[in-house]
Amino acid sequence: MAENKGVLIVGELSDGKLASITAELLGIGRKLADDLDEGLSAVFIGNGITDVAGEAITLGADKVYVIDDPLFKDYVTDSYVGALEKLSNDQAPEILLLGQTSMGRDLAPRLAFRLGTAVTLDCVDLVLDPDTKLLQKSKPVYGGNAMAVYVSEEGRPQMATIRPKAMEPLEQDVSRKGEVIPFDPALDESAVRARVVEKVKEEVVGIKLEDADVVICGGRGIGSAEAFEQLKELAKILNGAVGATRPPCDSGWVPAHLQVGLTGKLVSPTLYIGIALSGSSQHQAGMSGSKNIVAINKDPEANIFGIAHYGVVGDYKKLLPAFLEKCKELLSG
Amino acid sequence: MNMIVCVKQVVDPETPAAAFKIDPEAKRAVASKDRPLVISPFDEQAVEAALRVKDAQGGKVTILSLGGESAKDVVKHSMAMGADAGVLLTDPAFDDSDSFATAAVLAEAIKKIGEYDIVFCGRQEADWDAGQVGSGIAELLGIPSVTPIKKIEIKDGKAVVERVVEDGYEVIEVSLPVLVTVSNELGEPRYATLKGIMAAAKKQLINWSSQDIGAVPAKSKMLKLFIPVHEARCEFIEGETPEEAGVNLAVRLREAKLL
Repeated sequence: MAENKGVLIVGELSDGKLASITAELLGIGRKLADDLDEGLSAVFIGNGITDVAGEAITLGADKVYVIDDPLFKDYVTDSYVGALEKLSNDQAPEILLLGQTSMGRDLAPRLAFRLGTAVTLDCVDLVLDPDTKLLQKSKPVYGGNAMAVYVSEEGRPQMATIRPKAMEPLEQDVSRKGEVIPFDPALDESAVRARVVEKVKEEVVGIKLEDADVVICGGRGIGSAEAFEQLKELAKILNGAVGATRPPCDSGWVPAHLQVGLTGKLVSPTLYIGIALSGSSQHQAGMSGSKNIVAINKDPEANIFGIAHYGVVGDYKKLLPAFLEKCKELLSG
Repeated sequence: MNMIVCVKQVVDPETPAAAFKIDPEAKRAVASKDRPLVISPFDEQAVEAALRVKDAQGGKVTILSLGGESAKDVVKHSMAMGADAGVLLTDPAFDDSDSFATAAVLAEAIKKIGEYDIVFCGRQEADWDAGQVGSGIAELLGIPSVTPIKKIEIKDGKAVVERVVEDGYEVIEVSLPVLVTVSNELGEPRYATLKGIMAAAKKQLINWSSQDIGAVPAKSKMLKLFIPVHEARCEFIEGETPEEAGVNLAVRLREAKLL
């Protein structure tokens, strides 16, 4: 398989713009391509793709393939896997990377099985072994309790999906030159067995959780939907967003899309305040990248204190109103 | 509707991080009295999803598990919830299966079971969190897949599913047979009833080994497994009363320029 060359990343758009995960993929992709002394390509699939190709070049790509057709208006597994199968067979990359997103986590495994190679999902670190040139892929396992490092000795391309916010994008360099190449995968439409009937956006009030600079998370100990109102009030004062661990979501106290954790949202705000939550590894997987972690819990043994910068041991029901009032006072002063 | 649900037995993922232990040589977690073996939670929700389809329009639910002898417990557990039959795949030749080998063996077993309209898996295993066996099975069977979903209904010979995405969900119509992976947004799985437990106890499981369905070499190799070390660094804020501690916390965060 010595003929496989270069790194290919699968780009994504978010509201018509280049998604932040794509900038991160270009950052790590550029590094790996330089280590291999080979090129970095990106591919965008969709319909009516705006000028993200040029932007991808300024962020590190040498070549950008654009697959633009009404067939790709919505993400559907069959059509996207089919298109990438054609491109991958055509270009034979050594390394193929995607984002660990709604699209990437569905697309990557199916594509890997189609190509007869192995993939590792949700990686937080990628290193090229200088001797073997094998890609060492680190990913959290056991709900974030442990870390495993995988390699694919034979299957090519070597594939991985990258957890959002795990990699740094490059500084944009507008003087970078690259090539934009339209690619026609010549897919047979009858091979597409599913269609998107409707897209339902769950209403977000205020700031989006993933973008918030301050995140207030509540756990099982909050106790009820009503009690979450106090967290919302605090979020409003601090100009932040409210999240939750899995139990409050499963109990219906808050909508499921507010779940922060391995299978929910990943957040890395400047200030994270965890209230009445134990800090299960499942939850930590979604917030451990927060820059300042504050924990309020009545159990001094709670795991969350193990990763917190500031902690208070006590009953949040008594503590929080006083904290909230003091915050109000300090911020108005 | 013929349905097959793939379930896996794992070390209880609710184990507190402090009690979690691994065997770095064997490269896996160690079960013990405090860390029992349970059905992987998303797989239990996959069983629930299949039973909801069965409740709505009837059908047969077959549970399929690859694992050691002890994995019969999770098959029986699923049958006690209401599934009709169980197949257990046990063989030392399966021991070092990665996601690729696991999906290949499960796909062979599904072909051997024969008739199926919907195959269900959990969105990811609670041990390796690999999240790819479902898609892999679908690819090997040549059927469409939708991952991960929170609802499934059958309408006019097609499946209508709700796929969970970052900002909500998508309603997707897909032809049968189909494979879906199930996410926790589906809701709580049902409890086994006493009647269900007794009925499950009477049923025989089908046992297959590599002689029945073959075995496949792994494609991925794990170099190492380790527990990352976190430095304890927590500054505890105190007060005479909880109220005072709350005030002191606000003051401290202000000092640290975090407010």
